[in-house]
Amino acid sequence: MFKEYTRIKNIIGDIIELEADGVSYRELASITNTNGEVSLAQVIRIEGSKVSLQVFSGAKGLSNIAKVRFLGHPMRVGYSENLLGRIFTGSGVPMDGKPEIENAEDINIGGPSVNPVKRVVPHNFIETRIPMIDIFNPLVESQKLPIFSTPGEPYNELLSRIALQADADVVILGGIGLKFDEFIGFRRKFEEGGIMDRTVMFIHTAADPVVERLLVPDMALAVAEKFGIEGKRVLVLLSDLTAFADALKEISVAMEQVPSNLGYPGSLYSDLASRYEKAVDFDGAGSITILAVTTMPGGDVTHPVPDNTGYITEGQYYLNNGVINPFGSLSRLKQLVIGKVTRKDHGAVMNSMIRLYAKALESKKKISMGFEKTEEDEKFLKYADLFQERFMDLSVDVSLNDALDMGWKTMAECFSAKEVGIKKEILDKHWPEK
Amino acid sequence: MIDSSSTTGHVVGINGNMVTVQIDEGSVVQNEVAFVLVGEMNLKSEVIKVLGQQCYMQVFEDTTGITVGMKVNFTGEMLAVGVAPGILGEIYDGLQNPLELLDNKDGFFLQRGQYQEPVNHEKTWEFTPLVKEGDKIRAGQWLGEVPEHHLSHKILAPLGMLGVAKVKKISSKGEYTVKDVIAELELEGKIIKVTMLQEWPVKKAIKAYKERIFPEELLTTKQRLIDTMFPVSRGGTACIPGPFGAGKTVLQHLLSKFSNADVVIVVACGERAGEVVELINEFPEMEDPQTGGSLMDRTIIICNTSSMPVAAREASVYTGITLAEYYRQMGLDVLVLADSTSRWAQAMREMSGRLEEIPGEEAFPAYLESRIAGLYERAGLVKLHNNEKGAVTLIGTVSPAGGNFEEPVTQATLKVVGAFLGLSRKRSDERKYPAIDPLDSYSLYIDQMADSLNEQMDPDWTKMVKKTKELLSTGAEVGKMMTVVGEEGVNVDDLTKYLKSELVDFTYLQQNAFDDVDCAADLSRQAKDFKLLYKVLSTPFDFDDKKEARKFFTDLQDKFYQKNYVETDNDKYSELTGEIEEIIVSGGGKIV
Ligand SMILES: Nc1ncnc2c1ncn2[C@@H]1O[C@H](COP(=O)(O)OP(=O)(O)O)[C@@H](O)[C@H]1O
Ligand SMILES: [Mg+2]
Repeated sequence: MFKEYTRIKNIIGDIIELEADGVSYRELASITNTNGEVSLAQVIRIEGSKVSLQVFSGAKGLSNIAKVRFLGHPMRVGYSENLLGRIFTGSGVPMDGKPEIENAEDINIGGPSVNPVKRVVPHNFIETRIPMIDIFNPLVESQKLPIFSTPGEPYNELLSRIALQADADVVILGGIGLKFDEFIGFRRKFEEGGIMDRTVMFIHTAADPVVERLLVPDMALAVAEKFGIEGKRVLVLLSDLTAFADALKEISVAMEQVPSNLGYPGSLYSDLASRYEKAVDFDGAGSITILAVTTMPGGDVTHPVPDNTGYITEGQYYLNNGVINPFGSLSRLKQLVIGKVTRKDHGAVMNSMIRLYAKALESKKKISMGFEKTEEDEKFLKYADLFQERFMDLSVDVSLNDALDMGWKTMAECFSAKEVGIKKEILDKHWPEK
Repeated sequence: MIDSSSTTGHVVGINGNMVTVQIDEGSVVQNEVAFVLVGEMNLKSEVIKVLGQQCYMQVFEDTTGITVGMKVNFTGEMLAVGVAPGILGEIYDGLQNPLELLDNKDGFFLQRGQYQEPVNHEKTWEFTPLVKEGDKIRAGQWLGEVPEHHLSHKILAPLGMLGVAKVKKISSKGEYTVKDVIAELELEGKIIKVTMLQEWPVKKAIKAYKERIFPEELLTTKQRLIDTMFPVSRGGTACIPGPFGAGKTVLQHLLSKFSNADVVIVVACGERAGEVVELINEFPEMEDPQTGGSLMDRTIIICNTSSMPVAAREASVYTGITLAEYYRQMGLDVLVLADSTSRWAQAMREMSGRLEEIPGEEAFPAYLESRIAGLYERAGLVKLHNNEKGAVTLIGTVSPAGGNFEEPVTQATLKVVGAFLGLSRKRSDERKYPAIDPLDSYSLYIDQMADSLNEQMDPDWTKMVKKTKELLSTGAEVGKMMTVVGEEGVNVDDLTKYLKSELVDFTYLQQNAFDDVDCAADLSRQAKDFKLLYKVLSTPFDFDDKKEARKFFTDLQDKFYQKNYVETDNDKYSELTGEIEEIIVSGGGKIV
């Protein structure tokens, strides 16, 4: 049934072209190189009898007489409850030394969108115990949110921490271009935190072939979707989607597509959106929350990858200088939970503390420019220090309610009740007695 | 539908959502719909290029599994929408399939190859004829009417009919389905049977009216910054460009809720599904202040969000504007909100790339500008053959790459729209919502509508608005100067101008979308509030020093701000107005 071909016509980058019949679009093929190495490839273009495939393990060292066997189906991933606790490579092969999953159900990756009428409006607050998130830009179940980070920031630590704190039934980690040490870091933290038995990992490391990166988000999300339909609340972590976008770029260049911006294909927005849009709260089943890392080349947020991402996602956390920056960070879903699921004073504390911190930074700037320090400035400087120490420092680990109380305490230590711009009824209830 | 043409072909190439088809038999029409037969499934496609015996088609579905040799059936018909009573309140995908009906075995996903009729064929409507036998009638004229929610839905003579027909038969008052023949018309000896349901190709404008006319009336949005400063006319066009997170979608949602149009069509084009879900949940619960019915009853949602197929995204904008033109033919006022037109432009770019057309700037096709112009040109105010007026107003958001307005989509849009409501990153970062930049934005309609505005609001209205804009830019200059030289560097007069401009910004331009009162300010309130504010602006206060000036404006600002949060019929409103007047007088101003 499966036709085999032994004559590759062209090899361009990681794309091969050959003459074949009866092949279908996005069909998978297995390629056996002359040295016996087997790798997977996917049909990405058909012109008459000329078929182009992207080779997931890359075309380096590939012979033009390698055997190409078409498998009759698109890329799939095996799904089973037994995936929990397991670690796979970017192409779905176990890499934890344990055997293949038995009786797994093959599911297609990159499946169709959820019907919008089958989604519910997100409404569950996910507590992370990180005040910069919980108070200022709370994470909501089924949200899709990237961490915008300059390279070298502790974004993977942040992801692990959220995974450990968040109350999710299943955690799925998709590693894309991870450094080996980063992978070990994740595994160790997950084991120590006791969440490995409800975690599935798909790990593509920086040493693996570039094209294989393209599979990781789709496999992670296909599995997540299945768990979600089964009623599980799934948290998907993807690090780093900039590496994913770069793989798209390589393929597009090899296919001689006209790039739209800095070499990225014109479809970059749709390509990223079709992954992020898998985040969902199913009407009558579970949910998928996606937290991803987007490293910003050169720290530039207008670079096409963070820029397109920002349009797609429901906010972003800016990580720079080791802290989550309160300005520029945004949770577009925050209004769905603040004061509704969380405490009534949450909104007031959030707004006032941010406004005061913005003013405090102005004072700092003014003083650094050599203007005179007023009494007013003194208050703000004190506030800025306390704010950084008690809220911004990433090692702070408190519940939302404790953090809100800490917020009141901090404001009261620096200002009088009149100066914080909060409605009287809320002040009366929460302003700490001196 | 699938077999209405005898043309057939077979697939010879697949590249993303584009397939190349060899035509085996028959003729082919540019932009006609064809179906690729994949197993049991028919995948809907549109011919976008004909090259000899081959044609290129964009497939409105995922193309996984398509194989060379698969059969293609052509329909001979262009991509069309079905128009009939029953469209209002519906939630459609980009090809007008009702999403509620696209349930399938597990219900959660939009499986490909499923198409549903846009309106129910069994439901009956109470038809009342508006013509009698022997009447002469043209395309688009009213044959009868049926009630659809709060509206009288006019049944139109076939929109594509050429010439003047004679009514041979017209059904009497009674209940009919959209497929029942309700009239027979005679045209050049031929009989045309008319049902309430007709089809219209989405890429062709409906022009069954007498003439286009100059838009001179305001479309009220209840957003102060728009209605007062940068108003949009009924039948006008506007664009809202802005970087991500600046508030485009929130603003579009406000417009969809509070604008006083008869019909609102929301086209969610290539953006988040979650945003549509919020509308779907909110609108049925919200009251339409004009009719007392639910907001959903006047709304149509076209939803082709970012993970839905790209070709259908390109179509979705046309689907929206075509439905709008249809309701305009009934003498109604229709507002179309497209979020985001950049995604629509990107869909064209993806296709153009696959067709290997010569790319223009940022790889957009060379025809980008003409397509954008062509779309906005379909908006407009028209006079129907019976002299009634109907309007389509089109407001589109633009999502410029990197937030930079110098990119092709923003630039091409600016060439054709009448109002530019540019959102600024700086203002949204400072949480000044709506983040429309008052210095960069403009509306050409304010002059165009001057007479009607001055009549409606105040004889001096447009003059006051102009002066206020001047003050805003003077204030901004003073503000800029102060960042360099400090407050010491400017005199009391200049500081006063600055404080006045801040007062306008903080208490009038900014509006809290999430407050029950402040979220919507009707016109009479805007007239009142703005005139009171203008008293402050036009008074040449004479302060002894800067401290006095600051104190004066802090007090005023607080009162104006609080006033925004109380209803006009509340005692507190008149109380605050009184206090504001006292403050103005205390500073040397006059209240007449
Ligand atoms: N008028 C407004 N009032 C209060 N908050 C707003 C307003 N407009 C936007 N926001 C905030 O900004 C976020 C992003 O707005 P959105 O309209 O989704 O941006 P865009 O469509 O431009 O990307 C919202 O989720 C909300 O938190
Ligand atoms: Mg938006």
